[in-house]
Amino acid sequence: MKSFQVFLCGVGGQGIGMLSEILLQSVFFSGQEARGVDTHGLAQRGGTVVSSLKVGRSFSPLISEGEADLVLALERYEAFRALELYAKPGSTLLFYDTSWQPLGVRLGTNAPLEASQITSLAEQKSVKIVRVLEPQLEDPRMQNTVVLGHVFRLCLIPGVQPTHVLHAMEMLMAPSLFARNRILFEKILSANPPAGGAP
Amino acid sequence: MEKIGDFLIQEGPMKKPVMGNVALVRAMIEASVRVVTSYPGSPTPEIGAAIQSIPSEKNPLYFEFSVNEKVALEVAFGASINGHLSCCFFKSVGLNVAADSFVQLSLMELIGGMVVVLGDDPGAHSSQNEQDNLHIARMAYIPVLEPSTPSETYAFFLRAAQLSQINRMPVILRLTTHVCHARETVSFGKWQPQPRDDTPRFDPKKHGPYIPITAQVFPLKRRALKKLSLLSDELDAPGWHKRLDNENPTRGLITHGTCFLSCMETLEGTSHPPDILKLSHRYPLSTTVVLDFLRSHSQVLVLEELDDTLEKDIKALALDQGVDCRITGKDDVEDWIGEYTPRKVQEILHRNWPDIVPPVDPVATASFPRPAQMCPGCGHRSAFHAIKKALSKEDITVADIGCHTLGFLEPYEVGQVLLCMGHSNGTGAGLSLFNRQRKVVTFLGDSTFFHAGIPGIINAVLHGHTHTLILMQNDTTAMTGHQEHAGTKIAIRKILEAIGIQHIFEVDTYRQKELTQAVKQAMEVDAFSVVIARHPCMLKWTRELRRKGRALPSPVQISNRCKNIQRCIVHFACPTFQRKQDGAVEVQRELCIGDGSCRQTCPVDAIEKTPLPNGEGESS
Repeated sequence: MKSFQVFLCGVGGQGIGMLSEILLQSVFFSGQEARGVDTHGLAQRGGTVVSSLKVGRSFSPLISEGEADLVLALERYEAFRALELYAKPGSTLLFYDTSWQPLGVRLGTNAPLEASQITSLAEQKSVKIVRVLEPQLEDPRMQNTVVLGHVFRLCLIPGVQPTHVLHAMEMLMAPSLFARNRILFEKILSANPPAGGAP
Repeated sequence: MEKIGDFLIQEGPMKKPVMGNVALVRAMIEASVRVVTSYPGSPTPEIGAAIQSIPSEKNPLYFEFSVNEKVALEVAFGASINGHLSCCFFKSVGLNVAADSFVQLSLMELIGGMVVVLGDDPGAHSSQNEQDNLHIARMAYIPVLEPSTPSETYAFFLRAAQLSQINRMPVILRLTTHVCHARETVSFGKWQPQPRDDTPRFDPKKHGPYIPITAQVFPLKRRALKKLSLLSDELDAPGWHKRLDNENPTRGLITHGTCFLSCMETLEGTSHPPDILKLSHRYPLSTTVVLDFLRSHSQVLVLEELDDTLEKDIKALALDQGVDCRITGKDDVEDWIGEYTPRKVQEILHRNWPDIVPPVDPVATASFPRPAQMCPGCGHRSAFHAIKKALSKEDITVADIGCHTLGFLEPYEVGQVLLCMGHSNGTGAGLSLFNRQRKVVTFLGDSTFFHAGIPGIINAVLHGHTHTLILMQNDTTAMTGHQEHAGTKIAIRKILEAIGIQHIFEVDTYRQKELTQAVKQAMEVDAFSVVIARHPCMLKWTRELRRKGRALPSPVQISNRCKNIQRCIVHFACPTFQRKQDGAVEVQRELCIGDGSCRQTCPVDAIEKTPLPNGEGESS
């Protein structure tokens, strides 16, 4: 059986590394095989950061184009590119809808991305989209926790429970950071009764 | 919170999901390595970070980020010939810097043992090439172990250390980017802290000679080759190479490293898969194991990332031994290029065996490329914005390695040629010869100044070259994660003065007008001149502020004075400035660090600091 493949992406500085580490540790706590890799090159400098996570039996940590069962993006343009390249038909794209415009858009050589472009491409590829946003967030560096909250509110990763995630967060975050992120994570989890299983 | 540094020195065995770079450090500790040295470079800096996360009073490893890779290697070598097990690690191209000393290692009796860890970069994720370091290892007669996963990284390091100690010879552990950064659960063994033995055991009479001059070289070379030949047998001990028998007498596949993982992904569920031999090392060639595999198949495909050293060795072996097996390998020039990802491997396997491996699906073209950018508030951005104003179109700009390399991108386009760390003043000098028409301006970072930049500067003074150096000083090794460099203890300006440079200008890059002026003046001088363009790394500053629990200054805002001239977004191009659907400029408040270095770029003074809520003036 193929592994369940989660493709994560964002811009350097958004906390993709922490998000992927929490997820990998959570899968480990759930007792399943976990394998992942971050690809960041010059990432701290505002470039694209991608990370992959495979749940279940796998060999290479890398996810091939068109193979992701779940795409998590921390930014709109990154979400669109991952949808173009990595989301497989029937998969889910969950993204935090902030915009950190890439260079071409800022210089005026590319037109800005419109929300409708994401929706229509997702429809065309039969990908379910979940757009999340928390406008009142005190610190933008907690956007990855918002994404994490929604992933587990919707039970998007088979066999991994919120308790595994909290355990992982507690292990990987400094106590004060964990306290703040836990409140946010639990708030989002309880915003809706969790759905009855992976879609 | 569980700190990496704490579990790395846990004495009992454990299972942890960790990165390859972290698994490596645990192996160093279990192997009782004493001295570890490095110069930071992707994909290896996390090794240093993991070592430095161990509380210093409990850290069994002596560790330093040396001034460059060559010095790092020499420090590790010196420790080894004094009886200490040592290790040095650096990125792929770091081996070029270290090469002069590296190629001598196998001639020496390394009584403590020494492991050289290389972070090669197939796919050039963060390097100026994707060189295959197997070539340099072969030139130096040094064996190369190649793990494919974090678990193997741990196990192979322990083995490398042991082989190195027993045979008193260097052993290379060759990692690649996606081995260093891969994460999986690793089962670690026990660690029993050993009492330290500080006895200096250097003894040239007993273990030497250590002076390889003229005729002395030959016995040393003979010994190196004999050691390598003896080691070949040891390396072939069962359990290290993996042979997967799929009962296929026709087709076999020989591979190594992460290509093996890509193969397994591609072939999973395939009917009639080939038999697979995954080598734990390509150099020296495991002739018995390979011959046995060749003899039991009629066709063998060699699947090898980057260059074709293994393929050539295998073909030569088959020819020598008269083996009746059709051996194929690289075919298209693309086979020499890029990382052997599962997708690339599927393409190659399909080309060779279309009956069992389907073609890959075409990939959509990606929209909105996002090249790396200088951070919001970066002093280099102010520098490039100001320097560009001092340059004429025909002037030649020479880039170097560091965050400031990014100046080559739009909209600055400053920096037109790049070789490697510290090349800029040599290259710039050559460009300035017989050239009175086009001014030459070179760039150099402060960590690179110490690493490999000083000889080029001395050369410029010695031979009276006339270009201008702009020294981009941000007081840290920023690109690789803010490692400290020598500049914190040794003032660069004093070195420049001591070298005898007459024309030194020094400006904080946020003072853009002054910087433009200084560069113009420096370029007018008919001698080698230096502008120190200085501003601390703002990413480091931001992180330190946050760590202390202090708030950043408020983001800037755009006032109603804005005439949509767009200098801030199109010419200064801080990522903070974004474009609305109607073309107007807005501030992305999540990105702005409130530094205000952009304000001077607006001709109508429309970029403002945000007033405090109580209306009492501006925040700072």
